[in-house]
Amino acid sequence: MPHRDIGKRSAGWMGLSRGHKARPLEWIAEKAIFAVSLSTILMVFLIFVFIAKEAWPLLAGKMNSAASQEVIAPEDMDKLSAEELRVYLEMTKAEFAAKDRETLQLLMELKAEAGAEAPDDKDAEINTTELRYLVKPYQWSDYDKPEYIWQPVSAIHKYNIIPLVIGSLKTTLVALLFAVPLALGAAIYVSQLAPPKLKEYVKPVIELLAGIPSVVLGFFALIVMATFLQSVTGSHSRLNALVAGIALGIAVIPVVFSIAEDALTSVPRSYIQAALALGASKWQAAWQVVLPAAIPGVFAAVALGFGRAIGETMIVLMASGNASIMSWDLLDSTRTITATIAAEMAEAVFGGHHYRILFMLGMLLFAVTFISNLLGDIVIHRLKGRLEGKS
Amino acid sequence: MDTQTPLLQFQEQKPELHFRTTKFNFGSFFFTGLTGLATLFILAILAIILGNIIINGAPALSWRFITAGTEQDMFDVEKAGVFPMIVGTAARVFLMTIFVIPVGVITAIYLTEYAHVSSPLTRIIRGAVHNLAGVPSIVFGLFGLGFFISFVGGNLDRLFHPELAEPIWGKPAIVWASLTLAVMTLPVVIVATEESLKAIPLGLREASLALGATKLETIWKIVLPQALPGIMTGGILAISRAAGEVAPILFTGAAYYMAHLPKSLNDQFMDLGYHVFVLSTQSPNVDQTRPILYATVLVLLILTFALNIVAILIRAKMRAKMRLLH
Repeated sequence: MPHRDIGKRSAGWMGLSRGHKARPLEWIAEKAIFAVSLSTILMVFLIFVFIAKEAWPLLAGKMNSAASQEVIAPEDMDKLSAEELRVYLEMTKAEFAAKDRETLQLLMELKAEAGAEAPDDKDAEINTTELRYLVKPYQWSDYDKPEYIWQPVSAIHKYNIIPLVIGSLKTTLVALLFAVPLALGAAIYVSQLAPPKLKEYVKPVIELLAGIPSVVLGFFALIVMATFLQSVTGSHSRLNALVAGIALGIAVIPVVFSIAEDALTSVPRSYIQAALALGASKWQAAWQVVLPAAIPGVFAAVALGFGRAIGETMIVLMASGNASIMSWDLLDSTRTITATIAAEMAEAVFGGHHYRILFMLGMLLFAVTFISNLLGDIVIHRLKGRLEGKS
Repeated sequence: MDTQTPLLQFQEQKPELHFRTTKFNFGSFFFTGLTGLATLFILAILAIILGNIIINGAPALSWRFITAGTEQDMFDVEKAGVFPMIVGTAARVFLMTIFVIPVGVITAIYLTEYAHVSSPLTRIIRGAVHNLAGVPSIVFGLFGLGFFISFVGGNLDRLFHPELAEPIWGKPAIVWASLTLAVMTLPVVIVATEESLKAIPLGLREASLALGATKLETIWKIVLPQALPGIMTGGILAISRAAGEVAPILFTGAAYYMAHLPKSLNDQFMDLGYHVFVLSTQSPNVDQTRPILYATVLVLLILTFALNIVAILIRAKMRAKMRLLH
């Protein structure tokens, strides 16, 4: 570790306590460098705060998405106080202050018209942003049994997030099942069994896979892989969880490979030499000594691969078919959390319930990847400490 | 692996004998073969993807395609080009580097030159860098929308143009897209710079300090020039990562179609990656527009790969030099 002690002295405010050797400029520079380095912490904090801020009214139960709403006749405008009128028209104080009387009258008429056109069955009264409608099945009036439904742009806004969660898990699972065995096998081969010359070429080439933009992988899955896989599986829908999952797996391979290869290589040479000296073959040393020693690293690789897969957007947006069907069948078209945010944010009304739900999904995604990455990092850190301590 | 004893002989031998006389080991053969096959399979996937794109994209790629705009119709196979997208992508990536390089390099300097290795604050900063690297790209897009556009941009409008109904800054714009990407690529720059700073021998710094240079002078005149290749690698990797990202710019600035190139910081822009998405999912006739789709993908791939390869070469050279110094 380079020189942690150089320059660490108590120099006082602006370095002035060093008398004639005072260097205020150095002191200021050091403080400035320190301040800038805090920006990463600030950014993580801001990401959390501003995504939570947009989702907050929903989480606090302040949104109402019921299709039929209480209508006040435009003629009765003067009977309301300014504050009541503002709440009724769902405006912020600044917006309300900027509007004149005619505009407000017009808005009330529009609202009355919208209220007259709204559906008036029992579903229309439901505030679909309540938690139970988000996660529990509900029997809507034209269905014969309770169901999980995501239909944000229908007359009754149905916001059940379970089909999306299942879609995300389904594609992620396929991606990991495809990527982990391949990447792990390649990591063992490259780090333990391959001739050193070969290793020098293979490793950067596999890492080049990480350089392919995800929109290109999405394009490839959509145009080439989907047709090929449909001819193999004979699936009903051309774009499905299997296609998206395998394309996602291609994106995950370099992540899992890099971390697993790193963990396997960091197992001390002395372990392998000891095994070989005891008469083990190279593969026995790799399988029975190196792999068990590095197993937490493999776990970390899978955890980080999971985080990458569940957060990937463009591949699933292009290759999964984007139908929010509640099904575990891999050959059904599916819709993930990330693709939903990407596809629907443009049409969601700024500040409306749909907009807030999408931010809530973003929060969920942030939390899930935060936990899986933290888990992976902790495991890697411990493993490195243990191997370095022992060797 | 010793293959002097053929497989046939091994099978004919009595079990109690073969243990001693032959070194051929079926397990070893199987295991090496299986892991080798996995490696080969991954390389094959890469080869198929690149091969498919090059074979289908190269014929449609021409000088006219690169320099032409999309004035007539963006789905017109004969006339459409990608010039506005190349300009838009280059501009947003260039702006991003201006934001991300200084912050990333200074953070790396703090972490390697000033910070106590094991102080809690250093660990929190490192944790934040790791965490930032793992945040999904679409979440960065939401962050850009919630923070840069609606909070920063919205407040700028309220402060300077309270009389205007149309937002000047509180709308998707190239500057917001670049800032969002800068936050996303911050860890890339920090990690690469830190690696190159750590590679500089302690002796160089000590020699400089012994000659009477201050710490700041040592960093500015001795450490940073030595670390320049590493900083460049970090910058190039960040550019190549950002150039291909689409999810963070979906709501922060990318335009489906624009008649002119971006002229100011609050203009929207057309983007290569987003254009690939548009061509593959919104085309009125996929089979007909396939040539320009492939050509656009090829242009994007050439850009990101060229940058990646340059970064790998600089890094290899740097590591060779490092071995010499130590």
